[in-house]
Amino acid sequence: MSELLVVEDLQKYFPVTRGLVFQKEIAQVKAVDGVSFTVEAGETLGVVGESGCGKSTMARCVARLLEPTGGKIIFDGRDITHLGRTQMRPIRRDMMMVFQDPYASLNARKRVGEIVAEPLDVHGIGTDKDRKRRVQELLEIVGLNPEHYNRFPHEFSGGQRQRIGIARALAINPKLIICDEPVSALDVSVQAQILNLLKDLQRDFDLTYIFIAHDLNVVRHVSDRVMVMYLGKPVETGSKQELYAEPKHPYSGALLSAVPIADPTLGRARKQIVLTGDVPSPINPPAACRFHPRCPRFVDGKCNVDEPELTPVAGSSDHSYACHFPLERWPMDEDEIRRRPSLAASVD
Amino acid sequence: MALLEVQDLHTRFRTDDGVVKAVSGVSFELDRGKTLGVVGESGSGKSVTFLTVMGLVDRKIAEVEGSVRYDGEELLRASSSRLQKIRGRRIGMIFQDPMTSLNPVKKIGWQLEEAVRLHNDVSRDEARRRAIQALQEVEIPRAETRVDDYPHQFSGGMRQRVMIAMALINQPEVIIADEPTTALDVTTQAQILRLMKKLQDDHGAAIVMITHDLGVVAELADDVLVMYGGRVVEEAKVDDLFAAPQMPYTWGLLGSLPRLEQVATRLEQIPGQPPSLLHPPRGCAFNPRCAYVFDKCRAELPGLDPAPDKADHRYRCHLDDAERERIWAAKKAALTGVEGSAA
Repeated sequence: MSELLVVEDLQKYFPVTRGLVFQKEIAQVKAVDGVSFTVEAGETLGVVGESGCGKSTMARCVARLLEPTGGKIIFDGRDITHLGRTQMRPIRRDMMMVFQDPYASLNARKRVGEIVAEPLDVHGIGTDKDRKRRVQELLEIVGLNPEHYNRFPHEFSGGQRQRIGIARALAINPKLIICDEPVSALDVSVQAQILNLLKDLQRDFDLTYIFIAHDLNVVRHVSDRVMVMYLGKPVETGSKQELYAEPKHPYSGALLSAVPIADPTLGRARKQIVLTGDVPSPINPPAACRFHPRCPRFVDGKCNVDEPELTPVAGSSDHSYACHFPLERWPMDEDEIRRRPSLAASVD
Repeated sequence: MALLEVQDLHTRFRTDDGVVKAVSGVSFELDRGKTLGVVGESGSGKSVTFLTVMGLVDRKIAEVEGSVRYDGEELLRASSSRLQKIRGRRIGMIFQDPMTSLNPVKKIGWQLEEAVRLHNDVSRDEARRRAIQALQEVEIPRAETRVDDYPHQFSGGMRQRVMIAMALINQPEVIIADEPTTALDVTTQAQILRLMKKLQDDHGAAIVMITHDLGVVAELADDVLVMYGGRVVEEAKVDDLFAAPQMPYTWGLLGSLPRLEQVATRLEQIPGQPPSLLHPPRGCAFNPRCAYVFDKCRAELPGLDPAPDKADHRYRCHLDDAERERIWAAKKAALTGVEGSAA
């Protein structure tokens, strides 16, 4: 396998301004602040985190819908970090997005045929006749009736609209599809249909996905590797098997333990880390480890002074975490959550 | 006697295209201190059922039949002023979207005080004191100052906590929560669910938890109603429902759920779409999507009948019991796989 996408130390800061005429920059929202990862061709990278952790902004920078403030994006061997509009155009053929809200991301005034054909139009591919044939083929691939070519989006249900969005993303055989919360707005039974469809398409067309979601169950289901983000930074990355079987960062542990389990007996047996408070503002993020104000394993004088680097787990090629006091046991017990046992000795 | 008794409730909306049968013959009981989980997909009638119970459907366009008895009193024939006294005072409601259910141009405190003063003859100061106390109870930090903030100054999770505070401020006996955590992150959801459990323990309120998330139901509910096409298709104690679900739709819901503790590489999907309530299918409403359908399912609506060995586990399905047991045993083996649970 080869690397399709390499992202190095990506940053995206938004200015916070005051004043109407003379806009003075008074602060910066550090939405993405030093994210590095690679995506191999043919794999799925899942990205999880709470709202406001910068996962969508990160995706939009990678797709170059936003101009990154710093860092490097190398797609298919080419540095695309600061390419202009026209230079990006040929590259956009290989990189598509599927959005969260199937109601807002389809133009209500256009027919389904026009919506799905739009990427073909933009890139000037094929004659009208070719395009129509291709669109009908695409509708068939995503499980819609090709005869519904002339219908409007409002005539479709949420799940069907998401299929239209996927057909549009597939239209010009992209290499990478960035899915930003593609199933969050759907009912569970429809969600299962879409997740299965995405998997089938990956197999049939050798697609690579970046799959962004806040639902850890969904991410586990579709991903090969997973990155957990908190306030603009990755706190843990690893293969799905390792990260879910043995999370190291207390935040990953908290996320995993907060997922409701659809089994009353298992649910009652497990210990939860219930975080207090909300994600802090990215304008003035907490110093050092950004998770320290909410962390149950917080150590004063260490976590709020010294920023942890992403460190690899011993004996693993792919699993790394950014924490001074990583979880050592999983499933955890009460002592593990509070970091109470003999560990205290090794504090300074 | 149960606190809330609903008998054979029907709600039909007259539209230009015909009559929409949103709720068709729903019955259940809710006891004090208990939690009833109501599961179903969009359009299953779960929200309309409880809007009808609360008297919140517009009777000009909706026909309502059946009986809703709250503490012995019939609500369907109660006057609107009587209903207003009960709503907010004895039955509190939490809606899904906290942004649209709060008034954006009024301070949080004003909105909470209004709820107090509407139902209690108290001074402004007393109302304010109760508002602050309610915010403290739902763990809003610095409640004394945050009470003067506007909704937009609160995060999503905090707004949802304000909605809960508002529903609880008059210490109602029943709380109806319609998808209270759907718009929230898992961590915030865990906080809210823990909070609701705690408030139930402290005040002994009965909770109705309307949700499409079987995980939330498993965590919180004592009893569960599964709704489909405006009807209850399965009802059981929570442990029985998850240990031995009986209705193919419930199997489908459980199978389509990606879960942490399972290894199956492909989700079981329920083909097709939920039924139109304008032209519901003949017979069992689930028959067009059911993998085990046979002629009888297309002709005759199955009754909500009890399981042979459990009187309180009831379901609508024509499959014979031996066949059902065989199918579920096979499904369960496929679902639960091996691999130790993640949590």
